[in-house]
Amino acid sequence: MTSPLLSVENLRVEYHGASGAVTAIPDLSFAVQAGESYGIVGESGCGKSTLLMALMQHLGRTGRIAGGRILFDGADLTAATRRGIAMVYQDPNAALNPTMTIGSQLAEVPMLVPGVGKREALDRARQILADVQLPNPERVMARYPHQMSGGQKQRVVIAMALLANPKLLLLDEPTTGLDATVEAAILDLISELRARHNTALIYITHNLGVVAQVCDRVGVMYLGDLVEEAPVRALFATPKHPYTRRLMACVPHLGSTKHSTSFLPIPGQPPSLARRPPGCPFGPRCDGFAPGRCDHPVPDETTEADHRVRCIRWAEPGATLAASAAPLAPSLPDDEVVLKAADMSTVYTFAGSGFRARKVRLLANAGLSFEAHKGGVLAIVGESGSGKSSFARVLSGLYPSSDGTLAFGGVDVGRRDVTQRTAAELAAIQMVFQNPDATLNPSHSTEFPLRRVLKKFGLAKGERAISAEVDRLFDLVRLPRGLRRQRPSRLSGGQKQRVAIARAFAAQPQILVADEPVSALDVSVQAAIVNLLLQIQADKRTTILFISHDLALVHHLADHVVVMYLGKVMEQGPVGRLFAPPFHPYTEALLSAIPVADPDAVQSRIRLKGDIPSPIDVPPGCRFASRCPRRIGDICDTIPPPLRDTGEGHEILCHIPVMTLSELQTKKNEFVFN
Amino acid sequence: MRDRLPVIVLIARKLLSVILTLLLASFLVFAVSEFSPGNVARKTLGPYAPQESVDLLYQKLGLKDPLVERYGRWLGILLGLRADPLQDPALKLNFVDPRGARYFGNFGYSSLYKAPVNDVIWSRLGATAMLAGIAFAIIVPLSLTLGILAGMREGGLLDRTISVFGIVATSVPEFASGVFLVALFVVLLGWLPGTSPLTTGGGWPVWSQLVLPVSVLVLYDSGYLVRMVRGAMVDVMNRPFIRTAMLKGLSFPQVVLRHGLRNAMIAPFTVILLQINFLISGVVVTELVFAYPGFGRMILDASLFGDISLIEAATLIALCVAVTTQLLGDAGYALLNPQIRLR
Amino acid sequence: MTAIDHLPAEPVTRAPGLLRRLPTSGVAMCGLALILVWVLAAILAPVLPLDPPNKSFYAALAHSAPSAAHWLGVDKSGRDILARIVFGARQVLTVAPTAAIAAYLIGCPLGLLAGYYGGWVDAAISRLCDVILSFPIIILYVILISTIGPSVLNIVLAVVIAASPGIARIVRGLTLEQRHLDYVAAAQLRRESAVFIMLVELLPNCRGPLITDFCLRIGYTIITIGIMGFLGLGLPPPDPDWGTMVKEGTVMISVHPYVSLFPAIAIVTLVLGFNLLADGLRELALKE
Repeated sequence: MTSPLLSVENLRVEYHGASGAVTAIPDLSFAVQAGESYGIVGESGCGKSTLLMALMQHLGRTGRIAGGRILFDGADLTAATRRGIAMVYQDPNAALNPTMTIGSQLAEVPMLVPGVGKREALDRARQILADVQLPNPERVMARYPHQMSGGQKQRVVIAMALLANPKLLLLDEPTTGLDATVEAAILDLISELRARHNTALIYITHNLGVVAQVCDRVGVMYLGDLVEEAPVRALFATPKHPYTRRLMACVPHLGSTKHSTSFLPIPGQPPSLARRPPGCPFGPRCDGFAPGRCDHPVPDETTEADHRVRCIRWAEPGATLAASAAPLAPSLPDDEVVLKAADMSTVYTFAGSGFRARKVRLLANAGLSFEAHKGGVLAIVGESGSGKSSFARVLSGLYPSSDGTLAFGGVDVGRRDVTQRTAAELAAIQMVFQNPDATLNPSHSTEFPLRRVLKKFGLAKGERAISAEVDRLFDLVRLPRGLRRQRPSRLSGGQKQRVAIARAFAAQPQILVADEPVSALDVSVQAAIVNLLLQIQADKRTTILFISHDLALVHHLADHVVVMYLGKVMEQGPVGRLFAPPFHPYTEALLSAIPVADPDAVQSRIRLKGDIPSPIDVPPGCRFASRCPRRIGDICDTIPPPLRDTGEGHEILCHIPVMTLSELQTKKNEFVFN
Repeated sequence: MRDRLPVIVLIARKLLSVILTLLLASFLVFAVSEFSPGNVARKTLGPYAPQESVDLLYQKLGLKDPLVERYGRWLGILLGLRADPLQDPALKLNFVDPRGARYFGNFGYSSLYKAPVNDVIWSRLGATAMLAGIAFAIIVPLSLTLGILAGMREGGLLDRTISVFGIVATSVPEFASGVFLVALFVVLLGWLPGTSPLTTGGGWPVWSQLVLPVSVLVLYDSGYLVRMVRGAMVDVMNRPFIRTAMLKGLSFPQVVLRHGLRNAMIAPFTVILLQINFLISGVVVTELVFAYPGFGRMILDASLFGDISLIEAATLIALCVAVTTQLLGDAGYALLNPQIRLR
Repeated sequence: MTAIDHLPAEPVTRAPGLLRRLPTSGVAMCGLALILVWVLAAILAPVLPLDPPNKSFYAALAHSAPSAAHWLGVDKSGRDILARIVFGARQVLTVAPTAAIAAYLIGCPLGLLAGYYGGWVDAAISRLCDVILSFPIIILYVILISTIGPSVLNIVLAVVIAASPGIARIVRGLTLEQRHLDYVAAAQLRRESAVFIMLVELLPNCRGPLITDFCLRIGYTIITIGIMGFLGLGLPPPDPDWGTMVKEGTVMISVHPYVSLFPAIAIVTLVLGFNLLADGLRELALKE
């Protein structure tokens, strides 16, 4: 075996703050071979970014490498040899200088090499922009970052990294925050460039699906420790560390739904760095914790040739729980239609800046028609800009619809916003928001919004009744009552989202609108929140409108799915029908872009060109025509497509006949979910 | 990007907004200073004029009319649309303006200096412009340099030293620093003159008379600006794209000059030009401290005396200066910040 | 649901509130100390062994320089400078905070209205603020005070007119930042009144920047009151006013510089106190 390209030996990283030293990484060793793709997974705060910054020799003024060494290309890593390592950053919006053109930012990199002039540097920049498949590199060079979309900016950042001709490329969550279809295209690009330049990768992510797709070997990090390391297939087939196993039990699996399994969340939350447990870092949250053994320092153990695990009980049978749990007996939808949208449209009108500015009209929802049944989960999926959040705002009363009806219990509520709805209507439709940090007012205790809801809707009278009801709601969402008087800043993201759910259920709603309620949370927390929602639903038979961009999650929990693109329903149907051919071409592309957490999954490879167009000037024909990989001709651009019914309430909005779609799609692949 | 309007329209819209601001502001000044119309006639004629003359003037000026109407007339005189009634010989006021009674820019007659406002105001404005110009020319590069040096390494020795200077400097108002500097350089050391009449009669050359007034202005205003620039620089240096630039392999000076500087200038730029307002305020005090024959002291004298025409004229000019610099500020801001320019 | 599905949640540890962390900031404590010295002096002025501030010691005029009898000397009317400075502190430490609070009482609601409602309400309020802010402030003060005459009430009034647009602008910006956050939407969904949302949901979250601004503004108001005194538009005599004292001293600065110097130092130290406190608070808020 040749010597590795990068070798990290017993690395120790500390931060020195006002309150003393904190160890972020106690003792970490791993190696990356030339040309290899090495993934590091873990939840937020586990030390992934610290590791990257240590590799880049950029720990800031408070951080320092307190022990161990990093060998790169056979020699100690120094500021000079670091030139062979380049980095792709998490947030491309922030990573680029807003006041410099793309061209001059790129040209800086080649010009660092002595003897390379501006002209040569610009030529190379132009060339590399073509390599990362940005159309019209000449125009891109003259642009400023704010004139480009997120996906395009990430391509620029990748181009900037490649200009240094790195032997090792560090990728720090490079697709987090991008839409699934854009993410898939970026992942393709990275794989392609890696094959072409034989660059080694260290890929940092919290997304097990991404790791499964792009990495050869994977390390799992927890609290600064690499708790398990194995080739990607071995890791996914036989995860050995309890943390790895629990992580995998938190993400949706192929072919499983809420009726067959439930997620198995990890209890508690990671301790802060300052309170690292004495032995196994995962010990306090591990159900296989053995007193007297796990609270002493744990050595690395090698289970197979290249499978390391830092758990002394890995070989003991039954030491840890299974990787998934029995289903929760979820609620089933009945025949009663609670909510019925009929040809509902929403138009936003923006006044331009200054007076006499042109008015801009934006059709956020165009003729939505669907039904939600009592006790069911109706999922609305689509990428950003698809109008799914606009619909949530209309339903909850934050914005009035413009056309058509949105009937709740037979009465149209769509045209009336909060000020015009009756108290009963307001209470009946409650909302859980996306961002846990914005959902609670930082100035008030967690119980404050619950009390206000009870008071405003007259659901509990008198201090004692209100207090008892708040206690009951905290129990409902499984939060300790002791948190009632805490400020939100002392709660974790998952706890805040639980308070938000309690606030929604305080009004005893019939419909719960959940707008991406888990997308900002770590997977283990996400699993717990999804379980919680399903449990409460089974108990109260609330109808849930679950808005999400995550098709895998939707497959797990939905009963009926609506796929939206640019404000229009492209396809809808029962979950079983929607995830089987025939698909609308857009659904097909979305499915093929899911990063499935299984390295052996066979997925069709359909990639969409470009970005979602602006919803202001929509094409007269099919809204998806400009990006459709199955476009059949001018008819797609000019004539609105017909709605095709395939039975059982499954509808597809497409010019291509259902039979043809079925043939095209089944011939090509067996789809992953069925 | 939503509504891209031609640049001309944008400029026209901006100008319109500026004119509106000027109209509103001048109306405000007019309303305050001519709030009690009885006073206007009395103040114009001085305390010893007989009551009959005051009553006559009251009639002649139409002071019983509503405020808005009188403001309209004042505007008409200013724009040269109507003749200034004060110059009417029938009033026997002996107010004569060689430019005539009706011309564009007619600010009326100063009762304090017994001369047309236009004869009084411009030479003083010139003297003040010199003082403020020199001060501004020192303040801007000085505070930019100090602010950027302090902000590029937050918490360093240089940063702490400069920040302390900034805080102390903003805590010393002009009249106090004037007293300190005079006590030190005039009374104790005798190096510089304590007054600045801008004549060489006292035996001091004119440049030496400018040293202390300029220093007073520079000290107070640069303290504030240094802190602004430092704050913006610290902010920029903590942004992720600076990390990108450093990890690219650029040297620290390269990162500061190419990536830090321009971004750090964006926020303080509008402040720098708003600084003109502070400068004008400072100028009033400084001119009083050093008996400098300028615009600021004139405003003070006019206000204390009740010379309404002069107050209104001076305020309008000061407003024009302030608003023009704000316009320049907006333009410079757009030039520095491509996100604004290309929208 | 398994038994271990929920371990007792450990609250995330966060730094305590801004004011509780104040002692950790050296800068802020320096500022606070300076302010406290003056506040104590002002409160204790009547019981301190000081000469009456308005009494003329004609005998002292011959030797008006600082002496054992008059530590900081006497002014041209033979009044004890130390006593006048300490009694002047009473004056300035009541007028400046009162004026700043009054400006906040006007500025905050204006900013909240503009930020929360947007549209023409915002346009009207913002335009009004722009107009006032485009005046060189001192000219505004001079015109106002010379028209309505110098008195405590009028100085407060002038400060309110000149300062509230700046406060409104800050509050408006802070309101706009929060306006579209989910907790505001949640409040709307339970049909809270606009007044409740502005005062209970939005305003408390503005407090961080406003506390800093408040300290700065008191300092600036002290300077303003000083300037007004210096320009001869200060609080009416004979009660001691720092700015007026500096002004009176400049006449004989070449002979008795200390007559101006000591009140000037008094102003500088007090303003420095507020500026240091504001700076310390700002740093603390950023560290969060």
